Amino acid sequence: MSRSAEENIIFDGRIRMPYKWAAGETSSYFLTQLRDHAKLWGTRCSVCQVIFIPPRKNCPRCVTADTTWVELPSRGVLQTFAVIYFSEPLLQPSEPPYIYGIVKLDGADTGLTHFLGEVAPGELRSGMRMEAVFKNKEDRSGLITDLLYFRPEGGSAS
Amino acid sequence: MAQRVGIIGFGQTYHRSHRDDVNGVELINEAVRAALEDAGLTIDDIDAVVIGNMDHFEAVNYVDTWSVDGSGAWMKPLIKLTTGGTTGSTLGIAGYHHAASGLFDVVLVIGWEKNSESDTTGAIITCSDPIFDRFSFSGALPGLAVEASAYIKRYGIKEEDAARVAVRDRAHGANNPYAQLQTPVTIEEVMQSPMLSWPIKLLDICPRSDGAAAVIFAGERKARQLCSQPAWVHYTAVRHSHTYFGDVDYTRLHTLEAAVQELYHHMGIKEPLKELDVVELYQPYSFAGLKWIEAMGLCKPGESPRLIWDGVTDMGGELPFNPSGGVICTNCIGATGLLRIGEAALQVMDRAIGRQVPDVNLALATGFGGAYWSDLMLLGKKPW
Repeated sequence: MSRSAEENIIFDGRIRMPYKWAAGETSSYFLTQLRDHAKLWGTRCSVCQVIFIPPRKNCPRCVTADTTWVELPSRGVLQTFAVIYFSEPLLQPSEPPYIYGIVKLDGADTGLTHFLGEVAPGELRSGMRMEAVFKNKEDRSGLITDLLYFRPEGGSAS
Repeated sequence: MAQRVGIIGFGQTYHRSHRDDVNGVELINEAVRAALEDAGLTIDDIDAVVIGNMDHFEAVNYVDTWSVDGSGAWMKPLIKLTTGGTTGSTLGIAGYHHAASGLFDVVLVIGWEKNSESDTTGAIITCSDPIFDRFSFSGALPGLAVEASAYIKRYGIKEEDAARVAVRDRAHGANNPYAQLQTPVTIEEVMQSPMLSWPIKLLDICPRSDGAAAVIFAGERKARQLCSQPAWVHYTAVRHSHTYFGDVDYTRLHTLEAAVQELYHHMGIKEPLKELDVVELYQPYSFAGLKWIEAMGLCKPGESPRLIWDGVTDMGGELPFNPSGGVICTNCIGATGLLRIGEAALQVMDRAIGRQVPDVNLALATGFGGAYWSDLMLLGKKPW
């Protein structure tokens, strides 16, 4: 190529596309129970006996569809967490610093990812007991964020 | 050397315009369980998983990992492939390659799409070059309309000729309980349906579907052990061509011509109309059912309307096309090419209930996508 430009043109682009994601009847049951009753449900595979939350219509391990509902308590054990000091406003609107962690509810075999609140980062320890804090009923809308966050069991640690 | 490979199982969902009762992972699982049941296997028998769709239709970018709960790929070798419209045929060919390599005995191949979750046309526009093509390109439909109008101009084809192709596939779709569209239509109904982009009318073109397909490939030893009549893979051919839509010669489908010539030459096929027994053509709109069978060498350019009107490609004709109803009855895009392979396999295995062509020895499945790309897979009753 003997001829080239004096400048390299760079285009700014942004793809704005609407999407609709169907939760499906299984997750819809979970979300309506959360919205209407502030209850958390998992599913147990009748073959493997593993209890999953969020619920699965089929067992992820053996692929069978033979699963049953199990009501889970809204408390459990903090497995791990991260404190975020930067912002990503386009897709993650939370104001930094914020904390998210993975809480294994009592009786469940998998963890639930969510925000942690009413606690300073320095007070958090893996293995500590946590409990869910829900939005007020009139503010709940069938989203996983109807559960606001997990806080240390019994209220703020400080 | 590649080892022989047979298809030993096929499963699909009941395809619909909207499957709000399941999410994508659960939709995938329906096809996986159906394929495992069809082959008489459990997930423990699967050595590797190949999955694909078009990411921008659901806006989930790690489909391979995200779908593990449904696909059964938990703790197994897994790869995602996506090549636009040809995704499903690419998946099938990759599944064949996995098994033919001898590195994996039994390979589960999954194609799926939930087209209800996005604006299909908007998503397709993101496939085109952002600098030179995207400002004018308007999705799949106008691209196909350019092809159809160039073809009409060159060979004096009538819109009614294409309508007859749509009538054929809609009649065939009525035999397929899995098809999204199962009601026959008439020439008049096609001609009077709303004009979308001349000469393509609403009933000339495929619908948008939610659906999934799963096909199980096995190396020869396992295939013989696990299945009394596998559909043996005889040959595959692939031609992908252009970046810019302006580079395409719209009067001919060069990729399909080149792919079939390679396949015919390799297989010693001299008279495809006589030697092939059934074709599942990735035919997203009716005019392709004219022009592309010319590209396949079934007749001279411009002569396809005679074959279509004479019923040569109907059920009961010399070479039936799309016994499943084809893409005009169901188009869950990432699954569509794999549905062609699965349906062709059913024909070879003599298990296409309600839509079986008698005495199928050779079945050809095709894939289409991108800037007029073509894929082929030839399946046969006996190993080749």
